[in-house]
Amino acid sequence: MIEVRGLTRAYGSFIAVDDISFVCEPGTVTGFLGPNGAGKTTTMRVMVGLTPATRGEVTIGGLHYAQIPNPGRHVGVLLDASAQHAGRTGREVLEIGARTMGLPSTRVDEMLELVALDAKESKRRVRNYSLGMRQRLGIAHALLGDPSVLILDEPANGLDPAGIRWMRGLLKGYADRGGTVLLSSHLLHEVEQIADEMILIGRGRIVASGTRDELLRHASGGQTTALVTSLDNRRLGEALTERGFAVHEAGGGLRVTADPVDVGRVAAELQVVLTDLRAGTEGGLEELFLELTSDTAREDLSQIAAPGVAG
Amino acid sequence: MSAVVAPRILDVSTTPRVPFGRLLSVELRKLADTRAGRWLLISIVALTLLVLGIQMAVVLGNDLTPTYVDFLQGANTPMGILLPVLGVLSITSEWSQRTAMVTFTLEPSRMRVVLAKLVSLLLVAVVAWAVGMALGALSNALYGAFSGDPVVWGDVGTLLYTYFLLFVLSLASGFALGALFLNSPAGIVVYFVYSFVLPIPFAIGAALMSWFNSLRPWVDFNFAQAPLGDGTVHGSDWAHLLTSGLIWLGLPLAIGIWRIRRTEVK
Repeated sequence: MIEVRGLTRAYGSFIAVDDISFVCEPGTVTGFLGPNGAGKTTTMRVMVGLTPATRGEVTIGGLHYAQIPNPGRHVGVLLDASAQHAGRTGREVLEIGARTMGLPSTRVDEMLELVALDAKESKRRVRNYSLGMRQRLGIAHALLGDPSVLILDEPANGLDPAGIRWMRGLLKGYADRGGTVLLSSHLLHEVEQIADEMILIGRGRIVASGTRDELLRHASGGQTTALVTSLDNRRLGEALTERGFAVHEAGGGLRVTADPVDVGRVAAELQVVLTDLRAGTEGGLEELFLELTSDTAREDLSQIAAPGVAG
Repeated sequence: MSAVVAPRILDVSTTPRVPFGRLLSVELRKLADTRAGRWLLISIVALTLLVLGIQMAVVLGNDLTPTYVDFLQGANTPMGILLPVLGVLSITSEWSQRTAMVTFTLEPSRMRVVLAKLVSLLLVAVVAWAVGMALGALSNALYGAFSGDPVVWGDVGTLLYTYFLLFVLSLASGFALGALFLNSPAGIVVYFVYSFVLPIPFAIGAALMSWFNSLRPWVDFNFAQAPLGDGTVHGSDWAHLLTSGLIWLGLPLAIGIWRIRRTEVK
């Protein structure tokens, strides 16, 4: 379990992390989401003692990181997959980690197999690795000591879609066996499907947190939305508007502030053929993410948010 | 991924902290597990052999009468240049290659890591010393065999420990400057300036100003180390070594270690 309490990190007058608190429970995957420079990495660096906190504290399983003996056996850390000596082979990187933690070399082989780096690749120098291979190596390194807590900064960065799916399965399985996972990302879709709990951070502050459903409810202001596409959107839209539902065009279809069942009922009455009808979740979460972080993001995303999430 | 347990409180009772011996063996391994590190070690040995070979050819060709200490000085020339580079890189590569992030997450006590690095360099110094002394002795014996002149060994007992000190000081100086700058090029360049460029103004100053001439051994660490290389160190030489060593080795090392402990590792 990871507990962050009132954590602040200031660099002179710049506040990178501003009084944040959250808890990551065992058996869950927590997604730490925010635009670049929002304070995710700083928070994670404070967790593992690389950056001192200005105020507040982080404990992992009740201990400060520095108090954990042989921490690699308890907490798996991947902060930057590129932070490896370019002249070492992938295998050697793991070998050094295994030796420090007091693990046999067979553990290195197991981890290489787990992250699907074959014998030939493991003997290549990290310099010649793609970002995706470095991420796999970094994940292998984090898992070496069979830890009960994982702290991963942007682990999906550079992974191909198959790699992202693989990682999702890996972390899900890990959490199902009782592990605590905290992973950060600036991309919602990387985290959305795997995180039980999401924490949205913008300009050093937590702007929203909760489960996916809680956030969605928040996103629509307590109202449900439906995304619908039919063979006659215009007629359907007019009918829905007449019945008092708010209707917006959204890509090839409509976004309606209504339960999908109401939309279906109206379509049935009109005998309009529906080609797609679903709860407006995906766009909603993305919209929330952009909206909550827009005033904290580097560019003013509110301008492009509306058309961007419409489809 | 055998057994992941789900404690809200970490059970650390069965995991002792990383023993120092393990940190030490990992640091030793890191000195030689990259191409750069391995080639640095190989070049140190190769250049030492080369210098001794040239020296042998020169003394035989010119009918000189070298003694053991001359060959030791020959061996110390390449070692004295390259061992400090190894010292610099042992700490700066953690920063330039950003491996410090991993090193300090696996062992949060940065002092223990620094200590392991220093002890690993001490072990390198022991090996370099043994190799240097042995190659010097071999050269001296070969010289006797080739020239037919009597082989002069001199005060071997003194040379054994003064050369050991020389190797330790040169590796430690490299490490101190590396720790001070935490940057490979800066550490190496400043080391070379300090050991090859600075002696020139020091020598000029000493020649022109008598007060500086008497001050020089107290502030010029290279100058103060010369008696170690000659095997003639005695009395006030030790005081010179101590004071100049505090300035050029002690101070950078202290500031460097303070930096390593305080710096945010990125």
